[in-house]
Amino acid sequence: MSLRPATAASKADVVLPPPTERYPLLGWVWKHLFTPWHNALLTVLALGLLYLLAVPFAQWALTQARWEVVVVNLRLLLIGQYPLEQVWRLWLSVHVLAFVAGLTIGSTVRAGLWRAVPILAAPWALALVADFDLATRAHLGALPVVGLVAFVLGRLGHVYVRRHVIGLWVIYFPLFILLVRGLTAEEGWLPVVPTNVWGGLVLTFVLTVAGIIFSFPIGVLLALGRRSNLPLVRWASVVYIELVRGVPLVTILFMAQIMLPLFLPSNVTIDRVLRAVVGIVLFTAAYQAENVRGGLQAISRGQYEAAYALGLNSLQTNLFIILPQALRNVIPVLVGQFIALYKDTSLVAIVGLLDLLGIAKSVLAQPAYIGTQREVYLFISAIYWLFSYVMSYLSQRLEKALGVGER
Amino acid sequence: MQKQPFIVGSLVALSLALSACAAPQTQTQTQSAPQRVVETVVVTVEVPVTTTPAPAAPAAAATPVPAAGAAGFGETLKAIQARGKLVCGVNGQLPGFSFIDPQGNWSGFDADFCRVLAAAIFGDATKVEFRPLTTQERFTALQSGEVDVLIRNTTWTLVRDTDLGLNFTAVTFYDGQGIMVRNDSGITKLEDLKGATICVQKGTTTELNLADALSTAGVEYTPATFEDINQTYGAYAQGRCDAVTSDKSQLSSVAKGVLPDPDNHVIMDLTLSKEPLGPVVRHGDDQWLDIVRWSIFATFFAEEKAITSANVDDVKANTTNPEIKRFLGVEGELGQKLGLSNDWAYKLIKQVGNYAEIYDRNLGPNTKTYIARGQNSLYTNGGLLYSPPFR
Repeated sequence: MSLRPATAASKADVVLPPPTERYPLLGWVWKHLFTPWHNALLTVLALGLLYLLAVPFAQWALTQARWEVVVVNLRLLLIGQYPLEQVWRLWLSVHVLAFVAGLTIGSTVRAGLWRAVPILAAPWALALVADFDLATRAHLGALPVVGLVAFVLGRLGHVYVRRHVIGLWVIYFPLFILLVRGLTAEEGWLPVVPTNVWGGLVLTFVLTVAGIIFSFPIGVLLALGRRSNLPLVRWASVVYIELVRGVPLVTILFMAQIMLPLFLPSNVTIDRVLRAVVGIVLFTAAYQAENVRGGLQAISRGQYEAAYALGLNSLQTNLFIILPQALRNVIPVLVGQFIALYKDTSLVAIVGLLDLLGIAKSVLAQPAYIGTQREVYLFISAIYWLFSYVMSYLSQRLEKALGVGER
Repeated sequence: MQKQPFIVGSLVALSLALSACAAPQTQTQTQSAPQRVVETVVVTVEVPVTTTPAPAAPAAAATPVPAAGAAGFGETLKAIQARGKLVCGVNGQLPGFSFIDPQGNWSGFDADFCRVLAAAIFGDATKVEFRPLTTQERFTALQSGEVDVLIRNTTWTLVRDTDLGLNFTAVTFYDGQGIMVRNDSGITKLEDLKGATICVQKGTTTELNLADALSTAGVEYTPATFEDINQTYGAYAQGRCDAVTSDKSQLSSVAKGVLPDPDNHVIMDLTLSKEPLGPVVRHGDDQWLDIVRWSIFATFFAEEKAITSANVDDVKANTTNPEIKRFLGVEGELGQKLGLSNDWAYKLIKQVGNYAEIYDRNLGPNTKTYIARGQNSLYTNGGLLYSPPFR
């Protein structure tokens, strides 16, 4: 067993890496897992524990689990009771999303494109494997094509696209809401779909994205307000932040859904999804304010003084000098808060909105599938994890692009 | 130093603002009921022309707020008709009673009674918005007007009927609390449960009844409480409890669904409580109470007279029985007295069915949630279902 790397013989003048860092597989295992003796003991214990957990789980997942509950109710879990004849609108919004994402990747990303392959392959695999109807399969099949076309377009016109792709992202969410909710009254080209039939992943998505979009600017304003020299602004911000942070989200949602109608006149009704969004936004904004304030505190006084010396007023100083640096520093915290928000949206199930968790609970009451909690909860956990991970991954990419932690 | 006046000033301003806010708040809290009265008395002035019960009600209702009995009269129906749909509070997680089927439709015994009301009001059973409610929020949602009617396996008790400002309309399902144990546990009577762990759902009368019954019998036990029904049964199925208690309706449907070995479990031969379940409305609108109550009686009555959704057209055309004629709106003006169209009962039977049809569709022998009808049979078959006469 030679410890020297195989490529070493080819050129003598190449600077070699330290040779001890390279081992054949067995050597690596031996060195890291089995020496000294107590490591060997830990390895055996850990493997044993893993075996004890994994084998029953695999046995259950492959033989006993009734996965048909998820298959049969896939539509409910993903889009809730959204009317079937209007589902094309949801598909359209997914296609637009794929298009915008393709443009973005095509115009900005250069290296590591192989990572997109599994993402492109997943819809096709799903269309081939799962037992969907023809329309669903067609949509799934078209999805990677749309993404690829957009990617090529983005790459061809990358100078132009890169400048405008942000705008596309900005208008995407309003467009999405427009498509999902509709425009015209009962009849017509784009009939309104009332929010009481929104559900499943779509509702979770709406709550999350609306929560992120609206809580962020409010949070920044509150953070600036708390550091303001104007006492009224400062105290208002402090009172707001401390009040909201002292109350659990469940309470806020409960107030919004159940108590609010007691105070409103009987002919005034506010949409329930809107009420939930407002509750989530107000709650998250208070936390984001403190996160942003942390970033603001990290900016040295010199930055302000330099900005004032250059003749910038306080708005310009904050907008062009302070905030870009402060926000860049707290990206991990901000994204952490957004991921928490995403998972917190499941609390709306308590106030009777049928989000991913709420609809899962109703699915569990179908007489044919009583007692399938493990299957259903495992499935929605996987969905929660997937999107949380996507957010986390994107934030890592953003940090890399902005060079956080390097300079 | 310079900042202090600012701080003091803003604190004063804040406290002023708070006190300004607080004053009307306390007012609305203490006066909310009278305020509603003031608002609604105007309505009563409009309505009495068409309705005789309105003037009678205040005399009968000697509650703390005497006028409230008649004040809201007719409001709920107006609001529902203006809205174009009924908002019906349901459980949403109860097999056989209310849940969403894989096609996305609301299904179940309670859901069907929501449809009965929609058919009676609009002549269209589909005009219902179902609102899933948790145990904790259900009464608040009804009190605040979020839902028009609560059909959510809610037990009729004196406190709920009075303190909470609610009215129970009629009983759609007579239930009773039971205890399920394993066959081989050897538990047959209450005393055998000494030291046992019992699974029970949190925040329900079930939990309280269990405590009452076992402390009366002097039996010590460990309650294991869970947030929702399915978790409760799941824990029992996994062997985390020696026994599980709930309404017998749930126990018998669950024994077939959750447990891998339903034959090895038995529902003990004792009943801890009476659990009459039925639709609930707010205090203050007796017309709405009457509509809900008589719509339910209509399903009883139709079963009694063997009128089904299949033969109702035939019966309507050919019947010679004057009571059935009145019932189906061929003669008389029964519907108008409720504020509905005269053929309200016909539409309700035609679109949703009589009690037996609703029962069999959701809880009958061909369903996975089969519950023997027992007390929920017509009085003519030894049950408790009894409709007052339609005249």
